[in-house]
Amino acid sequence: MSLVVFENVKKQFSGRKVLDGLSFEIEKGEILALVGPSGTGKSVTLKHIVRLLEPDEGRVLVDGVDVSACSRRELEAIRSRVGYLFQSGALLAWMTVEENVALPLRECTGLSEDEIDRRVAAALDAVELADAADKYPAEISGGMQKRAGLARAIVRESDVILYDEPTSGLDPVTSITIHRLIKKLNRELGITSVVVTHDLQGALGFTDRLLLVKDGRAVECSAPAEFAASTNPVVREFLAAMKGEL
Amino acid sequence: MSFTREVGRTTRVMLASVAAFPSVFRSRDSRRDFGVQLYKTGIGTLPVVTVVSLFTGMILALQVGLELRRFNQEIYLGAAVMITLIREMAPFSCGMCLAACVGSAIAAELGTMAVNDEIAALEIMSIPPIRFLAAPRLLALVVMAPVLAFFCCVVGTLGGGVVGATQLGVNFEQYMASAMSIADVKDLATGLAKAVVFGLVIGTVSVAQGLGTSLGATGVGRATQRSVIISFLLILMLGYMITRVCYQ
Ligand SMILES: Nc1ncnc2c1ncn2[C@@H]1O[C@H](COP(=O)(O)OP(=O)(O)OP(=O)(O)O)[C@@H](O)[C@H]1O
Ligand SMILES: [Mg+2]
Repeated sequence: MSLVVFENVKKQFSGRKVLDGLSFEIEKGEILALVGPSGTGKSVTLKHIVRLLEPDEGRVLVDGVDVSACSRRELEAIRSRVGYLFQSGALLAWMTVEENVALPLRECTGLSEDEIDRRVAAALDAVELADAADKYPAEISGGMQKRAGLARAIVRESDVILYDEPTSGLDPVTSITIHRLIKKLNRELGITSVVVTHDLQGALGFTDRLLLVKDGRAVECSAPAEFAASTNPVVREFLAAMKGEL
Repeated sequence: MSFTREVGRTTRVMLASVAAFPSVFRSRDSRRDFGVQLYKTGIGTLPVVTVVSLFTGMILALQVGLELRRFNQEIYLGAAVMITLIREMAPFSCGMCLAACVGSAIAAELGTMAVNDEIAALEIMSIPPIRFLAAPRLLALVVMAPVLAFFCCVVGTLGGGVVGATQLGVNFEQYMASAMSIADVKDLATGLAKAVVFGLVIGTVSVAQGLGTSLGATGVGRATQRSVIISFLLILMLGYMITRVCYQ
Protein backbone atom coordinates (compact mmCIF):
# COMPACT_ATOMS: atom_id res chain seq x y z
CA MET A 1 0.00 0.00 0.00
CA SER A 2 1.15 3.53 -0.66
CA LEU A 3 2.22 5.43 2.41
CA VAL A 4 1.39 8.88 1.09
CA VAL A 5 -1.16 9.66 -1.60
CA PHE A 6 -1.76 13.06 -3.19
CA GLU A 7 -5.14 13.17 -4.91
CA ASN A 8 -5.61 16.07 -7.27
CA VAL A 9 -4.25 18.59 -4.76
CA LYS A 10 -4.74 22.26 -5.56
CA LYS A 11 -3.25 25.14 -3.60
CA GLN A 12 -3.04 28.82 -4.31
CA PHE A 13 -1.53 31.76 -2.45
CA SER A 14 -3.37 35.06 -2.83
CA GLY A 15 -4.72 34.10 -6.25
CA ARG A 16 -1.47 32.56 -7.53
CA LYS A 17 -1.86 28.84 -8.33
CA VAL A 18 1.06 26.85 -6.95
CA LEU A 19 -0.27 23.29 -6.95
CA ASP A 20 -2.73 22.69 -9.74
CA GLY A 21 -4.09 19.17 -9.54
CA LEU A 22 -1.01 17.38 -8.20
CA SER A 23 -1.43 13.59 -7.92
CA PHE A 24 1.23 11.04 -7.01
CA GLU A 25 1.97 8.29 -4.50
CA ILE A 26 4.87 7.49 -2.23
CA GLU A 27 5.45 3.80 -1.58
CA LYS A 28 6.47 2.51 1.80
CA GLY A 29 10.24 2.02 2.08
CA GLU A 30 11.24 3.83 -1.11
CA ILE A 31 13.41 6.84 -1.76
CA LEU A 32 11.51 9.29 -3.94
CA ALA A 33 13.25 12.30 -5.42
CA LEU A 34 11.12 15.35 -6.00
CA VAL A 35 12.62 17.48 -8.73
CA GLY A 36 11.47 20.49 -10.68
CA PRO A 37 12.27 24.11 -11.44
CA SER A 38 12.65 26.58 -8.57
CA GLY A 39 9.32 27.93 -7.34
CA THR A 40 7.12 25.13 -8.65
CA GLY A 41 5.93 24.20 -5.18
CA LYS A 42 8.25 21.39 -4.07
CA SER A 43 8.57 22.75 -0.53
CA VAL A 44 4.85 23.46 -0.53
CA THR A 45 4.21 19.82 -1.49
CA LEU A 46 6.29 18.51 1.43
CA LYS A 47 4.46 20.80 3.85
CA HIS A 48 1.14 19.30 2.78
CA ILE A 49 2.23 15.85 3.96
CA VAL A 50 2.30 17.00 7.60
CA ARG A 51 -0.43 19.63 7.35
CA LEU A 52 1.80 22.65 7.71
CA LEU A 53 -0.29 23.75 4.74
CA GLU A 54 -3.74 22.51 3.78
CA PRO A 55 -4.97 21.91 0.23
CA ASP A 56 -7.68 24.18 -1.21
CA GLU A 57 -8.99 21.18 -3.10
CA GLY A 58 -8.14 17.49 -3.23
CA ARG A 59 -6.81 15.24 -0.48
CA VAL A 60 -3.53 14.14 1.04
CA LEU A 61 -3.63 10.68 2.61
CA VAL A 62 -0.95 9.36 4.96
CA ASP A 63 -1.41 5.67 5.72
CA GLY A 64 -5.00 6.01 4.56
CA VAL A 65 -5.76 8.98 6.85
CA ASP A 66 -6.83 12.27 5.28
CA VAL A 67 -4.44 14.70 6.96
CA SER A 68 -6.61 17.79 6.58
CA ALA A 69 -9.71 16.08 7.95
CA CYS A 70 -8.15 14.09 10.80
CA SER A 71 -8.30 14.89 14.51
CA ARG A 72 -5.57 16.67 16.44
CA ARG A 73 -4.50 13.36 17.95
CA GLU A 74 -4.27 11.58 14.61
CA LEU A 75 -2.24 14.46 13.26
CA GLU A 76 0.15 14.26 16.23
CA ALA A 77 0.50 10.54 15.58
CA ILE A 78 1.36 11.19 11.94
CA ARG A 79 3.80 13.96 12.80
CA SER A 80 5.51 11.82 15.41
CA ARG A 81 6.40 9.37 12.63
CA VAL A 82 7.92 12.03 10.40
CA GLY A 83 11.35 13.66 10.42
CA TYR A 84 11.58 16.90 8.46
CA LEU A 85 14.60 18.76 7.16
CA PHE A 86 13.48 22.28 6.27
CA GLN A 87 15.02 24.10 3.35
CA SER A 88 16.25 26.80 5.73
CA GLY A 89 17.54 24.35 8.34
CA ALA A 90 15.16 25.96 10.86
CA LEU A 91 17.48 25.61 13.87
CA LEU A 92 16.58 27.45 17.06
CA ALA A 93 19.00 30.35 17.43
CA TRP A 94 19.39 30.24 21.21
CA MET A 95 20.38 26.58 21.37
CA THR A 96 23.67 24.98 20.42
CA VAL A 97 23.80 22.51 17.55
CA GLU A 98 23.83 19.65 20.03
CA GLU A 99 20.80 20.97 21.93
CA ASN A 100 18.95 21.52 18.67
CA VAL A 101 19.53 17.95 17.59
CA ALA A 102 18.58 16.62 21.03
CA LEU A 103 15.36 18.67 21.14
CA PRO A 104 13.01 16.15 19.48
CA LEU A 105 14.34 13.40 21.71
CA ARG A 106 14.13 15.44 24.93
CA GLU A 107 10.66 16.78 24.24
CA CYS A 108 8.88 13.83 22.68
CA THR A 109 10.51 10.65 23.91
CA GLY A 110 11.13 9.24 27.35
CA LEU A 111 14.74 8.32 26.59
CA SER A 112 17.40 8.65 29.30
CA GLU A 113 19.96 11.45 29.02
CA ASP A 114 22.71 8.90 28.30
CA GLU A 115 20.75 7.40 25.43
CA ILE A 116 19.95 10.87 24.09
CA ASP A 117 23.62 11.86 24.23
CA ARG A 118 24.59 8.68 22.43
CA ARG A 119 22.05 9.15 19.64
CA VAL A 120 22.85 12.83 19.21
CA ALA A 121 26.55 12.06 18.94
CA ALA A 122 25.82 9.37 16.35
CA ALA A 123 23.63 11.70 14.29
CA LEU A 124 26.22 14.49 14.40
CA ASP A 125 28.92 12.02 13.40
CA ALA A 126 26.82 10.86 10.47
CA VAL A 127 26.61 14.40 9.09
CA GLU A 128 30.27 15.09 9.97
CA LEU A 129 29.45 17.81 12.43
CA ALA A 130 30.84 16.40 15.68
CA ASP A 131 33.30 19.30 15.96
CA ALA A 132 30.57 21.93 15.87
CA ALA A 133 28.36 20.39 18.56
CA ASP A 134 28.86 23.28 21.00
CA LYS A 135 28.46 26.07 18.49
CA TYR A 136 25.36 28.22 18.03
CA PRO A 137 23.63 28.28 14.62
CA ALA A 138 24.78 31.86 13.97
CA GLU A 139 28.40 30.75 14.43
CA ILE A 140 28.40 28.08 11.71
CA SER A 141 28.12 28.27 7.92
CA GLY A 142 24.94 27.78 5.90
CA GLY A 143 25.99 24.31 4.79
CA MET A 144 26.75 23.34 8.38
CA GLN A 145 23.35 24.62 9.51
CA LYS A 146 21.80 22.49 6.81
CA ARG A 147 23.65 19.42 8.07
CA ALA A 148 22.66 20.20 11.67
CA GLY A 149 19.04 20.36 10.50
CA LEU A 150 19.62 17.04 8.80
CA ALA A 151 20.95 15.52 12.01
CA ARG A 152 17.84 16.73 13.82
CA ALA A 153 15.61 15.22 11.14
CA ILE A 154 17.25 11.79 11.33
CA VAL A 155 17.95 11.56 15.05
CA ARG A 156 14.55 10.11 15.89
CA GLU A 157 14.85 7.45 13.19
CA SER A 158 11.26 8.15 12.16
CA ASP A 159 9.33 5.99 9.68
CA VAL A 160 9.35 8.75 7.10
CA ILE A 161 11.88 11.49 6.56
CA LEU A 162 11.22 14.48 4.33
CA TYR A 163 14.39 16.14 3.10
CA ASP A 164 14.02 19.60 1.58
CA GLU A 165 17.21 20.10 -0.43
CA PRO A 166 19.58 18.21 1.88
CA THR A 167 22.64 18.95 -0.25
CA SER A 168 22.07 22.48 -1.53
CA GLY A 169 25.02 24.65 -0.61
CA LEU A 170 27.26 21.68 0.09
CA ASP A 171 30.44 20.70 -1.72
CA PRO A 172 30.30 17.62 -3.99
CA VAL A 173 32.15 15.38 -1.56
CA THR A 174 29.87 16.15 1.37
CA SER A 175 26.86 15.84 -0.94
CA ILE A 176 27.83 12.28 -1.74
CA THR A 177 28.26 11.53 1.95
CA ILE A 178 24.74 12.84 2.57
CA HIS A 179 23.31 10.80 -0.32
CA ARG A 180 24.98 7.69 1.09
CA LEU A 181 23.59 8.47 4.53
CA ILE A 182 20.03 8.80 3.19
CA LYS A 183 20.43 5.54 1.32
CA LYS A 184 21.88 3.76 4.36
CA LEU A 185 19.02 4.88 6.62
CA ASN A 186 16.59 3.70 3.98
CA ARG A 187 18.21 0.31 3.48
CA GLU A 188 19.02 -0.49 7.10
CA LEU A 189 15.98 0.93 8.87
CA GLY A 190 13.48 0.94 6.01
CA ILE A 191 12.91 4.67 6.34
CA THR A 192 10.70 5.99 3.56
CA SER A 193 12.44 9.07 2.20
CA VAL A 194 11.30 11.98 0.10
CA VAL A 195 14.17 14.08 -1.17
CA VAL A 196 13.60 17.45 -2.79
CA THR A 197 16.71 18.20 -4.78
CA HIS A 198 18.20 20.20 -7.61
CA ASP A 199 21.03 17.71 -7.94
CA LEU A 200 19.48 15.61 -10.69
CA GLN A 201 22.68 13.72 -11.41
CA GLY A 202 22.96 12.71 -7.77
CA ALA A 203 19.27 11.85 -7.56
CA LEU A 204 19.48 9.54 -10.58
CA GLY A 205 22.20 7.66 -8.71
CA PHE A 206 20.72 7.00 -5.28
CA THR A 207 16.92 7.18 -5.42
CA ASP A 208 14.32 4.53 -6.34
CA ARG A 209 12.02 6.85 -8.28
CA LEU A 210 11.99 10.43 -9.48
CA LEU A 211 8.99 12.69 -9.63
CA LEU A 212 9.20 15.76 -11.85
CA VAL A 213 6.78 18.54 -10.91
CA LYS A 214 6.19 21.49 -13.17
CA ASP A 215 3.52 24.18 -13.03
CA GLY A 216 1.95 22.46 -10.05
CA ARG A 217 1.42 19.09 -11.73
CA ALA A 218 3.27 15.79 -11.82
CA VAL A 219 4.90 15.49 -15.24
CA GLU A 220 6.76 12.22 -14.88
CA CYS A 221 7.22 9.70 -12.12
CA SER A 222 9.52 6.76 -12.82
CA ALA A 223 12.64 4.85 -11.86
CA PRO A 224 15.98 6.54 -12.66
CA ALA A 225 16.70 4.51 -15.80
CA GLU A 226 13.28 5.14 -17.30
CA PHE A 227 13.39 8.77 -16.20
CA ALA A 228 16.70 9.32 -17.96
CA ALA A 229 15.35 7.64 -21.08
CA SER A 230 11.95 9.32 -21.02
CA THR A 231 10.64 10.74 -24.25
CA ASN A 232 8.39 13.23 -22.51
CA PRO A 233 9.48 16.60 -23.93
CA VAL A 234 9.27 18.35 -20.54
CA VAL A 235 11.57 15.73 -18.99
CA ARG A 236 14.00 15.94 -21.93
CA GLU A 237 14.08 19.71 -21.63
CA PHE A 238 14.65 19.49 -17.88
CA LEU A 239 17.42 16.91 -18.29
CA ALA A 240 19.07 18.97 -21.01
CA ALA A 241 18.95 22.12 -18.91
CA MET A 242 20.47 20.29 -15.93
CA LYS A 243 23.26 18.84 -18.06
CA GLY A 244 23.89 22.25 -19.57
CA GLU A 245 24.32 23.66 -16.09
CA LEU A 246 26.89 21.05 -15.08
CA MET B 1 -14.54 40.02 9.23
CA SER B 2 -10.76 39.81 9.31
CA PHE B 3 -10.84 42.06 12.40
CA THR B 4 -13.07 39.65 14.31
CA ARG B 5 -10.94 36.73 13.15
CA GLU B 6 -7.84 38.52 14.42
CA VAL B 7 -9.48 39.23 17.78
CA GLY B 8 -10.56 35.60 18.02
CA ARG B 9 -7.07 34.35 17.23
CA THR B 10 -5.47 36.71 19.74
CA THR B 11 -7.93 35.64 22.45
CA ARG B 12 -7.18 31.99 21.75
CA VAL B 13 -3.44 32.68 22.01
CA MET B 14 -4.01 34.31 25.40
CA LEU B 15 -6.18 31.53 26.81
CA ALA B 16 -3.89 28.78 25.54
CA SER B 17 -0.78 30.53 26.88
CA VAL B 18 -2.30 31.13 30.30
CA ALA B 19 -3.41 27.50 30.40
CA ALA B 20 0.20 26.54 29.65
CA PHE B 21 1.69 28.58 32.54
CA PRO B 22 2.16 25.52 34.80
CA SER B 23 4.30 23.85 32.13
CA VAL B 24 6.83 26.66 32.54
CA PHE B 25 7.95 25.07 35.81
CA ARG B 26 7.83 21.47 34.65
CA SER B 27 11.34 20.76 33.42
CA ARG B 28 14.78 22.12 34.18
CA ASP B 29 15.16 23.48 30.65
CA SER B 30 11.85 25.30 30.73
CA ARG B 31 12.63 26.82 34.14
CA ARG B 32 15.96 28.02 32.82
CA ASP B 33 14.24 29.54 29.79
CA PHE B 34 11.72 31.27 32.06
CA GLY B 35 14.61 32.70 34.05
CA VAL B 36 16.11 34.11 30.87
CA GLN B 37 12.77 35.71 29.97
CA LEU B 38 12.41 37.20 33.46
CA TYR B 39 15.86 38.68 33.15
CA LYS B 40 15.20 40.13 29.69
CA THR B 41 11.86 41.58 30.77
CA GLY B 42 12.84 42.88 34.17
CA ILE B 43 16.54 43.69 34.24
CA GLY B 44 16.77 44.36 30.52
CA THR B 45 14.28 47.21 30.65
CA LEU B 46 15.45 48.64 33.98
CA PRO B 47 17.58 51.49 32.54
CA VAL B 48 14.77 52.74 30.31
CA VAL B 49 12.13 52.35 33.01
CA THR B 50 14.32 54.20 35.51
CA VAL B 51 14.83 57.20 33.24
CA VAL B 52 11.19 57.28 32.16
CA SER B 53 9.83 57.09 35.70
CA LEU B 54 12.31 59.61 37.05
CA PHE B 55 11.30 62.18 34.49
CA THR B 56 7.60 61.33 34.81
CA GLY B 57 7.83 62.13 38.53
CA MET B 58 9.86 65.27 37.91
CA ILE B 59 7.47 66.61 35.28
CA LEU B 60 4.46 65.85 37.46
CA ALA B 61 6.03 67.62 40.45
CA LEU B 62 6.94 70.66 38.41
CA GLN B 63 3.55 71.06 36.73
CA VAL B 64 1.47 70.39 39.82
CA GLY B 65 3.87 72.25 42.11
CA LEU B 66 3.68 75.47 40.11
CA GLU B 67 -0.11 75.41 40.32
CA LEU B 68 -0.13 74.51 44.01
CA ARG B 69 2.27 77.38 44.75
CA ARG B 70 -0.27 79.87 43.42
CA PHE B 71 -2.55 78.80 46.25
CA ASN B 72 0.24 78.32 48.79
CA GLN B 73 -0.56 74.63 49.02
CA GLU B 74 2.90 73.20 48.22
CA ILE B 75 2.72 70.93 51.24
CA TYR B 76 0.36 68.70 49.23
CA LEU B 77 2.87 68.24 46.41
CA GLY B 78 3.96 64.81 47.64
CA ALA B 79 0.38 63.57 47.82
CA ALA B 80 -0.44 64.83 44.34
CA VAL B 81 2.61 63.22 42.75
CA MET B 82 2.18 59.96 44.61
CA ILE B 83 -1.51 59.56 43.83
CA THR B 84 -1.02 60.23 40.13
CA LEU B 85 1.88 57.85 39.92
CA ILE B 86 0.46 55.00 41.92
CA ARG B 87 -2.96 55.02 40.27
CA GLU B 88 -2.11 55.88 36.67
CA MET B 89 1.30 56.99 35.57
CA ALA B 90 3.45 54.19 36.97
CA PRO B 91 1.55 51.31 35.33
CA PHE B 92 0.99 53.40 32.21
CA SER B 93 4.59 54.44 31.61
CA CYS B 94 5.96 51.05 32.50
CA GLY B 95 3.40 49.49 30.13
CA MET B 96 4.64 51.79 27.37
CA CYS B 97 8.26 50.87 28.10
CA LEU B 98 7.46 47.15 28.10
CA ALA B 99 5.50 47.36 24.84
CA ALA B 100 8.32 49.27 23.17
CA CYS B 101 11.23 47.28 24.58
CA VAL B 102 9.92 43.76 25.22
CA GLY B 103 6.74 43.38 23.14
CA SER B 104 8.44 44.55 19.96
CA ALA B 105 11.35 42.18 20.57
CA ILE B 106 9.00 39.24 21.11
CA ALA B 107 7.06 39.99 17.93
CA ALA B 108 10.26 40.34 15.91
CA GLU B 109 11.81 37.18 17.36
CA LEU B 110 8.77 34.97 16.88
CA GLY B 111 8.07 36.56 13.51
CA THR B 112 11.55 35.72 12.29
CA MET B 113 11.12 32.20 13.58
CA ALA B 114 7.83 31.89 11.72
CA VAL B 115 9.23 32.98 8.36
CA ASN B 116 12.29 30.73 8.83
CA ASP B 117 10.05 27.66 9.37
CA GLU B 118 11.32 27.33 12.95
CA ILE B 119 7.75 27.43 14.27
CA ALA B 120 6.79 24.76 11.72
CA ALA B 121 9.77 22.68 12.87
CA LEU B 122 8.51 22.83 16.46
CA GLU B 123 5.05 21.74 15.34
CA ILE B 124 6.49 18.76 13.49
CA MET B 125 8.36 17.75 16.62
CA SER B 126 5.03 17.96 18.48
CA ILE B 127 6.34 20.81 20.63
CA PRO B 128 3.48 23.30 20.85
CA PRO B 129 4.88 26.80 20.19
CA ILE B 130 2.37 28.15 22.70
CA ARG B 131 3.84 26.10 25.50
CA PHE B 132 7.44 26.33 24.36
CA LEU B 133 7.62 30.00 23.30
CA ALA B 134 4.51 31.93 24.31
CA ALA B 135 3.93 30.79 27.90
CA PRO B 136 7.36 31.71 29.37
CA ARG B 137 7.38 35.10 27.65
CA LEU B 138 3.84 35.95 28.67
CA LEU B 139 4.33 34.82 32.26
CA ALA B 140 7.55 36.84 32.53
CA LEU B 141 5.64 39.95 31.45
CA VAL B 142 2.78 39.28 33.86
CA VAL B 143 5.22 38.83 36.76
CA MET B 144 7.56 41.69 35.91
CA ALA B 145 5.04 44.37 34.93
CA PRO B 146 3.76 44.99 38.49
CA VAL B 147 7.29 44.80 39.89
CA LEU B 148 8.44 47.42 37.43
CA ALA B 149 5.34 49.54 38.05
CA PHE B 150 6.12 49.55 41.77
CA PHE B 151 9.72 50.46 41.05
CA CYS B 152 8.50 53.18 38.70
CA CYS B 153 6.32 54.59 41.46
CA VAL B 154 9.21 54.70 43.93
CA VAL B 155 11.66 56.30 41.50
CA GLY B 156 9.04 58.76 40.22
CA THR B 157 8.12 59.87 43.73
CA LEU B 158 11.78 60.40 44.60
CA GLY B 159 12.30 62.37 41.38
CA GLY B 160 9.32 64.55 42.23
CA GLY B 161 10.75 65.12 45.69
CA VAL B 162 14.07 66.30 44.28
CA VAL B 163 12.31 68.78 41.98
CA GLY B 164 10.14 69.92 44.88
CA ALA B 165 13.17 70.50 47.11
CA THR B 166 15.41 72.15 44.54
CA GLN B 167 12.95 74.22 42.53
CA LEU B 168 9.78 74.69 44.52
CA GLY B 169 11.16 75.05 48.01
CA VAL B 170 9.28 72.08 49.40
CA ASN B 171 11.09 70.36 52.22
CA PHE B 172 11.93 66.79 51.16
CA GLU B 173 10.83 65.20 54.44
CA GLN B 174 7.55 67.09 54.33
CA TYR B 175 7.11 65.95 50.74
CA MET B 176 7.67 62.32 51.63
CA ALA B 177 5.37 62.51 54.64
CA SER B 178 2.61 63.91 52.44
CA ALA B 179 3.24 61.26 49.81
CA MET B 180 3.15 58.40 52.29
CA SER B 181 0.03 59.67 54.03
CA ILE B 182 -2.06 59.51 50.88
CA ALA B 183 -1.01 56.14 49.48
CA ASP B 184 -3.41 53.46 50.57
CA VAL B 185 -3.79 49.78 49.83
CA LYS B 186 -6.59 50.20 47.31
CA ASP B 187 -4.53 52.58 45.18
CA LEU B 188 -1.58 50.27 45.24
CA ALA B 189 -3.74 47.25 44.41
CA THR B 190 -5.44 48.93 41.44
CA GLY B 191 -2.15 50.27 40.15
CA LEU B 192 -0.49 46.87 40.31
CA ALA B 193 -3.56 45.11 38.89
CA LYS B 194 -3.43 47.49 35.95
CA ALA B 195 0.20 46.60 35.43
CA VAL B 196 -0.65 42.89 35.46
CA VAL B 197 -3.36 43.45 32.84
CA PHE B 198 -0.97 45.52 30.71
CA GLY B 199 1.66 42.78 30.93
CA LEU B 200 -0.85 40.20 29.81
CA VAL B 201 -2.05 42.40 26.94
CA ILE B 202 1.45 43.27 25.70
CA GLY B 203 2.53 39.63 25.84
CA THR B 204 -0.58 38.32 24.12
CA VAL B 205 -0.54 40.90 21.35
CA SER B 206 3.14 40.50 20.55
CA VAL B 207 3.05 36.69 20.66
CA ALA B 208 -0.04 36.59 18.44
CA GLN B 209 1.47 39.06 15.97
CA GLY B 210 4.77 37.20 15.93
CA LEU B 211 3.30 33.73 15.44
CA GLY B 212 0.96 35.01 12.71
CA THR B 213 3.80 36.47 10.62
CA SER B 214 4.14 35.55 6.96
CA LEU B 215 5.78 37.03 3.88
CA GLY B 216 9.41 37.33 4.90
CA ALA B 217 11.23 40.32 6.32
CA THR B 218 8.45 42.76 5.41
CA GLY B 219 6.06 40.61 7.41
CA VAL B 220 8.38 40.70 10.43
CA GLY B 221 8.55 44.49 10.24
CA ARG B 222 4.79 44.75 10.02
CA ALA B 223 4.21 42.34 12.91
CA THR B 224 6.60 44.31 15.12
CA GLN B 225 5.01 47.62 14.25
CA ARG B 226 1.50 46.31 14.80
CA SER B 227 2.35 44.71 18.12
CA VAL B 228 3.58 48.06 19.47
CA ILE B 229 0.65 50.09 18.10
CA ILE B 230 -2.02 47.66 19.26
CA SER B 231 -0.42 47.37 22.71
CA PHE B 232 -0.29 51.18 23.09
CA LEU B 233 -3.95 51.55 22.14
CA LEU B 234 -5.09 48.75 24.42
CA ILE B 235 -3.05 50.09 27.34
CA LEU B 236 -4.76 53.47 27.02
CA MET B 237 -8.26 52.08 26.63
CA LEU B 238 -8.00 49.43 29.31
CA GLY B 239 -6.32 51.92 31.66
CA TYR B 240 -9.32 54.19 31.37
CA MET B 241 -11.80 51.36 31.83
CA ILE B 242 -10.09 49.95 34.92
CA THR B 243 -9.97 53.42 36.47
CA ARG B 244 -13.66 53.83 35.77
CA VAL B 245 -14.60 50.53 37.28
CA CYS B 246 -12.45 51.02 40.39
CA TYR B 247 -13.04 54.69 41.16
CA GLN B 248 -16.60 55.43 40.18
N1 LIG C 1 3.34 30.61 2.97
C1 LIG C 1 3.31 31.11 1.71
N2 LIG C 1 2.61 32.22 1.44
C2 LIG C 1 2.57 32.71 0.19
N3 LIG C 1 3.19 32.16 -0.85
C3 LIG C 1 3.91 31.05 -0.66
C4 LIG C 1 4.00 30.47 0.65
N4 LIG C 1 4.78 29.36 0.56
C5 LIG C 1 5.14 29.27 -0.73
N5 LIG C 1 4.62 30.27 -1.46
C6 LIG C 1 4.80 30.47 -2.91
O1 LIG C 1 4.62 29.23 -3.55
C7 LIG C 1 5.54 29.07 -4.61
C8 LIG C 1 6.26 27.75 -4.49
O2 LIG C 1 7.10 27.80 -3.38
P1 LIG C 1 8.05 26.61 -2.95
O3 LIG C 1 8.83 27.10 -1.77
O4 LIG C 1 7.26 25.37 -2.76
O5 LIG C 1 8.99 26.44 -4.20
P2 LIG C 1 10.09 25.33 -4.43
O6 LIG C 1 9.64 24.46 -5.54
O7 LIG C 1 10.42 24.68 -3.16
O8 LIG C 1 11.30 26.21 -4.95
P3 LIG C 1 12.86 26.12 -4.56
O9 LIG C 1 13.42 25.04 -5.40
O10 LIG C 1 13.38 27.46 -4.95
O11 LIG C 1 12.94 25.86 -3.11
C9 LIG C 1 6.46 30.27 -4.57
O12 LIG C 1 6.10 31.14 -5.60
C10 LIG C 1 6.21 30.91 -3.24
O13 LIG C 1 6.29 32.29 -3.35
MG1 LIG D 1 11.86 24.80 -1.81
